[in-house]
Amino acid sequence: MDKLASAEQALSVIESGMTVGIGGWGPRRKPMSLIRGLLRSDVTDLTLVAYGGADVGLLCAAGKVKRVIFAFVSLDFMPLEPAFRQARESGSIDVTELDEGMLLLGLRAAAWGLPFIPTSVGLGTDVIRNAPAIKVIESPYDDKEWVAMPALPLDVALVHATRADDSGVCEISSPDHYMDDWFVRAANHSIVSVDEIVDKRYFANSEVARRVYWERNCTQAVVHQPGGAHPTSSDPLYGFDVRHFKHYGELIAEGGYASWAERYLGLNESSYQDAVGGLEAIQSLALPVY
Amino acid sequence: MGFTLAELMVSAASRVFDNDGEVLATGIGLLPRLAASVAMRTSNPDLMMTDSQSFMLSSPNPVSGMKNHAQQANENWMGFARIFDNVWSGKRHALVGPSQIDRYGQTNISALGGTYAAPKVQLLGVRGFPGNSIRHANSFFVPKHSKRVFVEGECDVVCSIGYNPSRLPKGYEMGDVDIRQIITDLCVMDFTGPDFQISIRSLHPGVTIEEVRDNTGFELAVADNLSVTKAPTPEQLVIMAELDPENLRARQIKDNPPGVRVTQDEDA
Repeated sequence: MDKLASAEQALSVIESGMTVGIGGWGPRRKPMSLIRGLLRSDVTDLTLVAYGGADVGLLCAAGKVKRVIFAFVSLDFMPLEPAFRQARESGSIDVTELDEGMLLLGLRAAAWGLPFIPTSVGLGTDVIRNAPAIKVIESPYDDKEWVAMPALPLDVALVHATRADDSGVCEISSPDHYMDDWFVRAANHSIVSVDEIVDKRYFANSEVARRVYWERNCTQAVVHQPGGAHPTSSDPLYGFDVRHFKHYGELIAEGGYASWAERYLGLNESSYQDAVGGLEAIQSLALPVY
Repeated sequence: MGFTLAELMVSAASRVFDNDGEVLATGIGLLPRLAASVAMRTSNPDLMMTDSQSFMLSSPNPVSGMKNHAQQANENWMGFARIFDNVWSGKRHALVGPSQIDRYGQTNISALGGTYAAPKVQLLGVRGFPGNSIRHANSFFVPKHSKRVFVEGECDVVCSIGYNPSRLPKGYEMGDVDIRQIITDLCVMDFTGPDFQISIRSLHPGVTIEEVRDNTGFELAVADNLSVTKAPTPEQLVIMAELDPENLRARQIKDNPPGVRVTQDEDA
């Protein structure tokens, strides 16, 4: 089955009001070209589920978001994500704030078809008080109470991988695939952007096949977009763009989303890449050192 | 050997891991990470540590001056999802720097002031604090001991469970919560006061009990055997310099003061 699609074709399944999970982590390996596609579309009222960075920040700033289900939204080297901060402080979005591990349990519950997964995580904290939809239950096996972390089913998952073939076999050659496998498994429909398209014979190498973290029946569309994670990293191909993030922070602080969009978003990904210095510049960004 | 306040704090913070055995030591922030690394290189070589990214290391990376990750001493792959698989077993001690800490040892890194629907200042979000606090040991590192951090009431957003009887989950005892020590720029505290009250354990050289109390929004106990915080050993100082060749530790505490205070008379 040929799953190659343009970003526009692939994103056309997303309707206003849907729940969209976004892979990656903070400033790392986010499907940013797909996010920019959403920014250019007219969808709205989205519920986002993410270990968030500028993906969540931009969609909030653009007025696309009703609710964010999150454990953090951060650019790491810039601890506070500027656009998410504005959205929260103005009260313009609803939130469900979870522990990082609870979010993972919610995705796993959805992937496994469970209504919830019991955990002690969240007990005694405001995570439970601020999210009345999350119930604390009795256990049939002991006298303690437990958080019943509800499933977080996703209508659509958006993730960025290093390479894929046209049938949707995806390789992540970065040091960490984060929770991307669980986003994909929790979703009804997954769209994967990739830096490189390869022939299926590429996966015959067992070392490469070890870097495939979900199966092709979990991938519904593959969008070939070199540099598509920019300004986040796609390790080992390129690092995240510190200079761009700083400029993004300044533009959001000074003129809000409109000033960023006017300067950078463009009508399509090629005009975006021109605005940030071109694909070669993206591909030569140094990898971060911690 | 002379030492700075930052080095005194790193030395004191490294000692929280002394008797931990084989656990994952996680220091968030430059000084906490340096403290955990010093402990792994001196008092507790059984400690485990990650590269803050995706590998466990058999020897800690430097906190400054690293050019790339190619030469680091990998021990095993340790992606973020796998962290939970290990640490929810309890085999971890995290040393973290919350924005707020209250009398119960509850902490906040999520948001400050306003309402929850529209906070005055949005911070990070709760991150892994709820799980960390109920699944394994934690200690806190506070670069500036003040009433802004040690708040009078409860934290604005309670991100981690503490010794708060009114929030204790059904089936739990206070002793199930495991908060070890708090290292600040004034003192070292623990939870050995009556009913897990926060208690001053040692004062940094030249600091008084009054100064600590004046900068804390709630009542503190004082340990019977109150001492002066131990100076870093020459070995600790050598390893700090080795692990932080660019001396970023000199930029973490305002004005990088010496570890032994110069009194005003001497200063004049």
